[in-house]
Amino acid sequence: MAKQASIEQDGTIKEALSNAMFRVELENGHEIIAHISGKMRMHYIKILPGDRVKLEMSPYDLTKGRITYRYK
Amino acid sequence: MSKINYKSIEEIELIRESSLLVSKTLGEIAKVIGPGVKTIELNKLAETFIRDNGGVPAFLNYHGFPYSLCISLNDQVVHGFPGQRMLVDGDLVSVDCGVVLNKYVGDSAYTFAIGEVSDTVKTLMRVTMECLDLGVAKAVAGMRIGDIGYAVQEHAEKHGFGVVKELVGHGVGLQLHEKPEVPNYGKRGSGIKLEEGMVIAIEPMINAGKARVKFWDDGWTVSTVDAKPSAHYEHTVAIKKGKPEILSTFSYVDNVLKEKVKS
Repeated sequence: MAKQASIEQDGTIKEALSNAMFRVELENGHEIIAHISGKMRMHYIKILPGDRVKLEMSPYDLTKGRITYRYK
Repeated sequence: MSKINYKSIEEIELIRESSLLVSKTLGEIAKVIGPGVKTIELNKLAETFIRDNGGVPAFLNYHGFPYSLCISLNDQVVHGFPGQRMLVDGDLVSVDCGVVLNKYVGDSAYTFAIGEVSDTVKTLMRVTMECLDLGVAKAVAGMRIGDIGYAVQEHAEKHGFGVVKELVGHGVGLQLHEKPEVPNYGKRGSGIKLEEGMVIAIEPMINAGKARVKFWDDGWTVSTVDAKPSAHYEHTVAIKKGKPEILSTFSYVDNVLKEKVKS
């Protein structure tokens, strides 16, 4: 049975929450809770409100996401 | 599901058992499939055969999927529901089956032609099968996920066909869908490295026309936007060094289809 591919979307950080979680506003207007990816944590990449980021989201739960890249 | 599960030799053998049962089930389907058969009958046949052999249909109640088989006709790509639809001459039927045996999952799919189909459809079926073979050839330790996708995409697009991008292959093990995702498109050398112990389902979904697909309101069925036909073949493959280790097999289906041609 084929799996639905993860979706890549862009968004803007609205608020930093505890435990490396963030409230993010997606380009389509939806607000979700996202966490920072392990790879970004490993490289000590900081994320602040206002940053534009790329997220990976599962089509099976569109309320959560993983932040995979911070744009310059 | 956030990490890749690596399987031991014993676990791979169990997945082989499950995949073999899937392959035999597809063989049973091949025996009866033809004009006049209702798709729901194929579903019943598969479910009974799987249970008689000590397995459990993997799709039944998976995220609420109501049947044991996905039967996708013509412009349906995947996840079609079996029902009262009677197969007719000219239909392109893709049957996807999954089994849980001894806790491990096997997953495989085959696309059948009912009676006489157009030359385009015959080519689509042949090319999609070749895409699967080319993708599987790259499924060895040291290669990357993108190499599999590139092989499938390059071959399909060279024939003017569309590669479905919204749906992907996947890891297989204790769950039907595990990490990693195995897209049918990609760049050579990109994506995660394939390592020994990984078990993946490679499933090219190739459209005769454009690649775009739409999702139906039933929450499952996927069909081509341009209503042209789509083919789908799938194997469960264990990654190891050297040659790919294909755990499922089309030999049961092939033997049945050969006999049918003779008679």
